[in-house]
Order: sequence, then structure tokens, then C-alpha cells
Amino acid sequence: MRIELQKRPEGSRLFSFLSPLLALALTLFFGGIMFWMLGKNPVDALYSFFIEPLLEVWSLHELAIKAAPLILIAVGLSVCYRSNNWNIGAEGQFTIGAITGSILPVLYPEWHSPMILPLMLIMGMVGGALYAGIPALLKTRFNTNEILTSLMLVYIAQLYLDWLARGPWRDPQGYNFPQSRSFVPEAVLPEILDSGRAHLAIVFAVVAAVALWFMMRFMLKGFEVTVLGQSERAGRFAGFSARRMVWFSMLVSGALAGLAGISEVSGSIGHVQPTISPGYGFTAIIVAFLGRLNPLGIVASGFVLALTYLGGEAAQLSIGISDKVSRVFQGLLLFFVLSCDTLIHYRVRIVTQKLTGGTARHA
Amino acid sequence: MTVTQGSASNPLLSVRGLTKHFGAFAACSGIDLDIASGEIHALLGENGAGKSTLVKMLFGILDPSGGEILWDGRPVTITSPGEARALGIGMVFQHFSLFEALTVAENIALSLDPKISLAKISDEAARLSKVYGLPLDPKAHVADLSVGERQRIEIVRALLQNPKLIILDEPTSVLTPQEADRLFETLFTLKSEGRSVLYISHRLEEVRRICDRATVLRHGKVTGTCDPRQETPASLARMMVGTDVAGVSRGEIGTPGEVQIEVSTLSVPARTPFAVSLKGIDLKVCAGEVLAIAGVAGNGQGELFDALSGEFAVSDNDAIRIRGKSVGTSGINARRLLGAGFVPEERHGHAAVSNMRLSDNLLLARSQSDRSAFLSGGTLSVIRHDAVGAATQRICQEMDVRKSGRDPAAASLSGGNLQKFIVGRELDRQPAVLVVNQPTWGVDAGAASRIRQALVDLAKAGSAVVVISQDLDEIFEVATKIAVISEGGLSRAYPAGELSLERIGLMMGGIHDTTHAEASHAH
Repeated sequence: MRIELQKRPEGSRLFSFLSPLLALALTLFFGGIMFWMLGKNPVDALYSFFIEPLLEVWSLHELAIKAAPLILIAVGLSVCYRSNNWNIGAEGQFTIGAITGSILPVLYPEWHSPMILPLMLIMGMVGGALYAGIPALLKTRFNTNEILTSLMLVYIAQLYLDWLARGPWRDPQGYNFPQSRSFVPEAVLPEILDSGRAHLAIVFAVVAAVALWFMMRFMLKGFEVTVLGQSERAGRFAGFSARRMVWFSMLVSGALAGLAGISEVSGSIGHVQPTISPGYGFTAIIVAFLGRLNPLGIVASGFVLALTYLGGEAAQLSIGISDKVSRVFQGLLLFFVLSCDTLIHYRVRIVTQKLTGGTARHA
Repeated sequence: MTVTQGSASNPLLSVRGLTKHFGAFAACSGIDLDIASGEIHALLGENGAGKSTLVKMLFGILDPSGGEILWDGRPVTITSPGEARALGIGMVFQHFSLFEALTVAENIALSLDPKISLAKISDEAARLSKVYGLPLDPKAHVADLSVGERQRIEIVRALLQNPKLIILDEPTSVLTPQEADRLFETLFTLKSEGRSVLYISHRLEEVRRICDRATVLRHGKVTGTCDPRQETPASLARMMVGTDVAGVSRGEIGTPGEVQIEVSTLSVPARTPFAVSLKGIDLKVCAGEVLAIAGVAGNGQGELFDALSGEFAVSDNDAIRIRGKSVGTSGINARRLLGAGFVPEERHGHAAVSNMRLSDNLLLARSQSDRSAFLSGGTLSVIRHDAVGAATQRICQEMDVRKSGRDPAAASLSGGNLQKFIVGRELDRQPAVLVVNQPTWGVDAGAASRIRQALVDLAKAGSAVVVISQDLDEIFEVATKIAVISEGGLSRAYPAGELSLERIGLMMGGIHDTTHAEASHAH
């Protein structure tokens, strides 16, 4: 006996729209079971995990702070994934973007100028893009699998940051704490409202999402992305180059991840330290898929995933469980999104007989 | 037309009311079929008539939705190819399942009991190939063999099971006329031993030549059973297609105009180990001419199309000239801008993206050639969906593309309708040069005749048309000049009237080597 996935002639339109919501509901349901098995009241736990953070102004600001890098990275990834380039290393591009963007405030702490912030942002984007260019180069030149190379480069970037923060970039007046000197005020991304900490990154995120949405929906470039993602051969027939698309999609997503990285360091942290991300680059993969690889959908799903981070912190305080729970929720969510998508396109069939038998069994 | 029901003796295989549904679609409905011992029985029908579905049910690949199968008068349920083989049914598929890196004997061994030694299989295969006139070297690597030889492996593989019924699915679609003749002799030997053959084809001439009886399918139903030798090709075609199919009208052939596309000593090395390299190809097509390139599949047709279209540009810029401009190193859009249009062989995933709408598939081929009409916003290149949509409707109307809804996905169209759209997409811009690879492959007769007529009309209107085709009937219908491609080389072009079917067949077999080589170790 075996289980077979049979392709449906046509996936249901209704359910492909409902699938993210269905996945969300299933995640909450199984999350509730998990809380129950941990000995907590599932309703209370889910309430403090997912509702409480939405009730206070300051935590809404925190939500925006966490959603911004997720959305920025995920809209870039959506271009990659739509064009069939599997950049898994946004976390690394995020980290390198943070490093290259921080060069000016760390190495030239005396420089006070309104020019510094735009330069930092540009350098962060360039750094992230160049770092994503490495898997692009390897893929176009040597046909290397970009999933592996981009993923491996994440660890290199993280260790490099770790070394910088503990070594050459360590603040000489910092009592040996493994972190750089604090950025000068001109190098800090300004807050958008007086009521809380949320800074410009969320604006960048929304602008990037709208811009890429416009590109994918209305521009020939977006058409090119979709065609090459569906069939390289048809893309070649249209005169599009799959190689150039590897570069384009990797550089765009790398630049956006780099922008997210420098925005995070400049806006939320204010200095360079060994760890700057709770895994935004990986969580953004979930964001991209939950948002149906649609930039506007990604804005919504970015806030949902940001909530799991926030809820994890809240649950730690209010019901006393590890913030690793947020990772569990993210995993559950990705699992259910992907399985809902699979079931939209495929029918599960249980086959009881062998495909090719050597002997005949007569009925 | 005489319609006979069953034979006097007990049939070997009887099928009663066999039905197969795919969702709401009935691929086969209520099929009745009798095959007597020792007869060659033809299963005739257009592409999509349900022939393949029917034999897949007989061979245990598909489960029937209804009806019964009787073997020797006894009802049986065939749930796997293994069971079919055990009953005594052998099958030779249209698409071979062979490992190119293995030898003939190894490929045969794969389908047998693993305990039988390779030496024994080689001996048995050698014996069978001698008895049935199927020259085959058991130690040869499949990658080195021609399509005809590969088919022989499949036949020998089927014969090793000592079957009572052998099913052949479109066996001659990949063979030269000479190779086909040899296959027919093998079939007659099998018949004389009392074995039955179910012969699936849509080629009327050969069915009339070798088959004792024919069952004709249309839209999944049996439309008649007859003795094909009592019928004319026209009457068989009527049973297959339902209506009389319009022939292509050519009218007067005008005098050719200026040279539109010219290829000189084009050589392209093979891109992959299994591709064919092109060797010194020369061709020249003038306005008003249709050059048809005949050849057996896999002799470099795809590679030639890639080079002509510019999807894979070639290193010598002067090797290809379109309307006087050297374009060898230019891409496909540069060639389109010079007035060329292209129709690749594969519809899904090459000429069209299956999941995209027709309007998107229009843009696929014409985003650059119709830039001013379809795009706006300067460098932003914003797609003008209204203009693209209007052009899509115009093309569908012009080519009579039947579709559901205004702008459905390409995948939802039948092969014939999608092909009409793909050809119409190029015709709509009146290309000066049109290169078409297998224009009517897998297309129903109505659509095929419409497409051929459109190609002829385009040439009459003053364009140069290159048609790469395996279908000789099609070639004689549309061509003003015919050349033959074989092993990556192209013969010189002959005026269509000067070539006979036999002559083309010999050229297709590559007079220089394969036919001789095969003939010499055949006897």
C-alpha cells in the first residue's frame, strides 16, 4: 500500500484564497493543543500570545518594528521564488547589509552629517546585493544549486559579524562588552510617530511592497519574472534570459534584505552586536509563502509572523513558557500553509495494489 | 460501408462497454471491440479519440470506470501491466522506456525475472530477432541506436513473454517508409503463427495495407467496425473525423520573390550528449515559397529550429541571414524585429506557458515586436492589457480558436485550438519569414487543415515559410520545395513536384549510412 498524490485538473480558486486563513486556523488549533499539553489553559495562553500584544500602543509599535524586516525581506524573496530562484540565505544578506551599512558610524564616529544616513542605507543595500551575488555568480557560472550556497553563506556572514563585534569593531570604551560604539544620532533611523519606537523601516517595507506589487502586476519585468519561473524554455522563446533573471532576482532580494539589516541595526539596536536578528531572514520565507508570494499579501502576513515573535515574548512573561514557542508557531504555520497548498493542487489517493506485479492475480 | 460484428470463432479478446471517465470527461465510453486469433486489428482514430486510453486499460495501466474485458471468453480484471503480460498481452509503446546508457540485453533484462542470466537473455533475444526479422545486436548501447532499432528492442522485449496479443501504439510514427515496411513483415510473421496484433494508428494507407479489420473511434466512442481493405482512405477518414475534411487549396504558385531567409554552411555542435549536431546546413527561401523540411524525429529538427529562431544563437553571424541582415549571433527578438515569426514544436512550456492566460501568451511572443502597441510608460514597460486583450480576441476570431471564457489559461484549450492560437499569434503580424516546427503535431484534422491553409496563404501573400515536419502528407500539401534532414545534415531543396514518396523515404533514412548498415547485418 502506498499514498499517491494525484494532480487535480484545476485547483479551487476559492480555496487557494482561503488557504492562508485555513492554515492560520489550524496553527491556532494545534497551538492550543500544545499549550494544553504543557498544562496551560489553551484559551488564556492563545489570548496572551496573539491578542494581548495588539491591545497596547507600545506593543503595536513593536509589532511594526518586527514586521518591517520581515516584509522587506519577504517581498524580495517573492521575486526570487516567482522566478524559480530559491534564495534561502536572506539571513546572511541581512547580516552583511547590517555590517556594510554600519561601516560609516562605527569607523567614523566623529562624522556628523545629514548625509550619513542615506549613505548607510545605500551601503547596506549594496552589501546585501553583493552578498546575494555570490550564489548568483555560482549558479550562472557553475550551475551550482543556489539553495545550498545561499544557505551556507548565512553562517559565514553570522560568524563574520560575531568576529567583528567581539574583535575589531568592539567599542574601546565599552568595558569589553562585545558590541560596537553606539551610533551618533545622525546615523539613527528616525521614529515615525511620537507615541513609540517604530521607525522608518516599516515605511520602506510598505513602499518596497507597493513598488514590487506594481512591477509584478503591470510591468513587463514582472511578466518576465513569472514566465521564467514557470518555464525557462518559454522564457527563452520570449527572448528573456534566465541567467539575467538569476542576477536580477538575487540582487533585488539581497538589496532589500541588506536594507532590512541596516535599518534594524540603525533603527532598533543603535550599535553592532554579535546577534542582530531573531531569524528574520528565515521567518521571511514563511512570510513570503503565507502571503502567496504577492507583495501586498506579504504586508499582511508580515504582521502575522511579527505577532508570533511578540507573542512569544509576551507568553514568556505572562504564562511563563519559553519563547521558543514562537518558533514552534512559525513552523506549524509554514507546515500548514504548504500542506494546504499541496491539497489544493493534489488529491490524496491511497493505492492498495502494486504498480507492476510479476504475477497475475485474477479477480 | 460494411459493418461486421465479431468474428465467427470465439474471439481472443472481447471488450464490452468499456468506459473510462476522467472527472466529467469520458475518454472512452461504451467501447465494444473483438479481436480474433491471428488477426491484425487496427484501432483507428484522431488524436484524442480515446485510442491510448483504451489500450492503457487493456494493459492494466488505467482502471476502467465501467464495462468488462473478456480474455478467451473469460471475464478478467487487469490491474497491472504484470497481469496483462501474464495473460499473454504484450505492448510496444509509442514512447519507448529504454535506458540509453545500457545495452540492448540489459534493457530487456530489466523487464524480466531478475534470476534469468544476461547471457541467456542475449541468446534468446538474438534468436527472436532472427526469426522475426528484427536485426538487433544485444551488446549494442541503446544511445547509439536509431529510433527504428529502439523500437525493435521493445518488440523483442514483448515477444520474449510469448504473448498471444501484441499491442503496438503508433509504431510507424517514428519510422522511415522503409523501416515501416520491415516492421510490417514482422507483423505478418506474427500473424502467421496465430498471434493477434492490435495496431493503433491514424495513418489510413498503412491500415488498409496490413490490417484485417479496423475499429474506428471518435470522441471516445466506436463509430464503426469494418474491413479496411473494402474502404477507401476517404471513407475511413470520414469515420474518423465525422465530416469531410477540407483539403488545402493551393491555387497558382506565383514566381518566387526576393530571398527572405538564407542559411549558409551552418554548423552547430551538439549542446548535450543526446542532442544532434548540425553539419553544414544550406537553405534559401524566397518570398512566396514554402520550404518543407522532412525527416524522421531526432535528426536535428529541434536544433535547426533553435538556430533559426535564435533561441540558441550561433557563433557565425553570417551563417543565418534574414532579409539580407546577418543575424547568426542575434537573439530571437532581434530576428522578430526584422520580420520573422517562429512556431516551436512543443506547445506547452515552449510556445506557450500552460498556466498563463492567452493574452499573456500573446505577449510572450510579441512583447518586443509590438512594443509600441502593447507597452507604454517608456522604460517602465507597463503592459497595456487592453491592447493585448483586444489583439487576443482578434486572433482567436481570425483562427476560429474555440475556448471557454474570454481569456482562459492556455492549458484549458485543446491541442488543436492552442496550436491555432500559437500559429495565429504569428500570422497576425504578417511575418516576412515564418519558421514552423511540426505545425500540426497532435492536432485534430479540422485544425490541421486550417493551419496548413494558413501557411499556404501566408506564402501566397508574399512571405517565406519554412515548415519542419515529420508528416509527409502535410509536406506534400503545403510545400513548394522539399529538403530532407538526416543526422544533422540537410539535403538540397527539390521542387515539390520532383520528389516521390519513396525517394524522400530513402533520403530520410540517410542514404549515406544507416539503411546500408542495417541492411547488411539484417541478412
